Amino acid sequence: MKVYLDYAATGPIKAEVLTEMMPYLTTDYGNPSSMHEWGRAARIAVDESRIKIAKFLNADPAEIIFTSGGTESDNLAIKGMVNSVILNEVKNLDPSAKPQDDKFHVITSQIEHHAILNSCKTLEKSGVEVTYLKPNTDGIIEVDAVKAAIKENTVLVSIMYVNNEIGSVNPIRAIGKMIEKENDARELKILFHTDAVQAAEYQNMDVDYLHVDLLTISGHKIGAPKGVGVLFVKKGVNIMPMMHGGEQEFGRRAGTENVASIVAIGKAVEELRNEKLEIRNEIKNIRDYFIGRILKEIPETELNGGKEFRSPNNVNVYFKYVEGESILMNLDLVGIAASSGSACTSLSLQPSHVIMAVYSDAERAHGSIRFTLGQNSTKEEIDYTIENLKEIIAKLRKISPLSPKEYK
Amino acid sequence: MSNISNLYSDKVMEHFKNPHNMGELDNPSGVGRVGNPVCGDLMELQIKVENNIITDAKFQTFGCTAAIATSSILTDLVIGKTIEEALKVTNNAVVEALNGLPPVKRHCSVLAEEALQKAIADFQNKK
Repeated sequence: MKVYLDYAATGPIKAEVLTEMMPYLTTDYGNPSSMHEWGRAARIAVDESRIKIAKFLNADPAEIIFTSGGTESDNLAIKGMVNSVILNEVKNLDPSAKPQDDKFHVITSQIEHHAILNSCKTLEKSGVEVTYLKPNTDGIIEVDAVKAAIKENTVLVSIMYVNNEIGSVNPIRAIGKMIEKENDARELKILFHTDAVQAAEYQNMDVDYLHVDLLTISGHKIGAPKGVGVLFVKKGVNIMPMMHGGEQEFGRRAGTENVASIVAIGKAVEELRNEKLEIRNEIKNIRDYFIGRILKEIPETELNGGKEFRSPNNVNVYFKYVEGESILMNLDLVGIAASSGSACTSLSLQPSHVIMAVYSDAERAHGSIRFTLGQNSTKEEIDYTIENLKEIIAKLRKISPLSPKEYK
Repeated sequence: MSNISNLYSDKVMEHFKNPHNMGELDNPSGVGRVGNPVCGDLMELQIKVENNIITDAKFQTFGCTAAIATSSILTDLVIGKTIEEALKVTNNAVVEALNGLPPVKRHCSVLAEEALQKAIADFQNKK
């Protein structure tokens, strides 16, 4: 049996999506910037997809920028926005609102994706001040923590919607509303970005409801191919492009459009709009069944992250006394795909920064496994996984010098 | 689907799947515990020495595939050797016996060498 439980990493292209994008790889191969028939067909396809994305986010098509994926969207949001403030908006500010030494401040969290963390670290090198907020014990960034970190020179807050490792769902709407209120009394406005890469399939994505100025989506997490993403940029928000060239994407992202993939991501969100609630409940039931059985049937296991504000597709468990990479390898040998926060599975050899931020426990990070469900996941797959997990954990605990006698 | 041997050699997988000499000895002559669970690797090697010869060895390991395989092959390499011969078993010998390790996993073989050195030192101190 083959069981794929790594949907937060990536998933298959949905059949309907593939059908929709195919012509743009074969017959309708025009460049949207060309004025002839081929070009016009491609232009219409890109525009239609933009309308679909806008509908999905309750935004205006002019607020949608297509990118090469979540990482580019995050980079563009963080660096493009802050650099634009530094270079362009300072001169328009009332001198009294200008921070001392022109030093601007960004607030983010310790549990963000590396696309955000490393963009922020790059900004720090050019003199921007960054606060990395610590999550609470459930892995949630609290509104009050964000509020307390706001300073006179704050220009951007970037908090992820759903954490990719432990599935914690942050209170984006509450943070957005709080920032809006703060802005009423400020000359130097704060913008709010959320990385919604892991949220698109299951959460409310209405940018009005969320009160966000910038929002990131990735194609391959929702049934479109790898290599396409979206950045929502609210009207009136200036960002400085990172790609310089032609006038594509309203001059904010140069380069010939990835037409077929853009068509695909438009189709993918259209599919999501129709099915969201149903799949959400079904997957949540399988998730709870899975978590329940692991915690009950395998001793000394703990759930990473809280139960309440948790993505319906995320299961992340700490197996005491054993190491994640060897669990993954054993799972792989019986056809099960999952992922781990263990240092041994990463090229950097660093344990998961997310589990470290929440629990400050390296042993826990090394012994944690993430299973992420998708629309094709079944209860039978979970049963197969549980039966194998029980054997694998027992075997590895027998080998481990850390386990108590009863496991030997 | 890609074969697992793209990642680890067949030899590594063989020792990972069915580790040799796993467990603890009654009255070991020397014990070497190296690594740290915080770093993700912890290895314990126990040796039995009779007439200057390592007659038995057992290991326990908390760690990745490579860490488990290196501990297992280490026991194979040292059983039957004199102390002097065993002291010459280097991390490179461990890597060779496993038909290679990925570069990022070579520290596991260093850990194995350290465990062996420590177990022998422990035996010599006790004498």
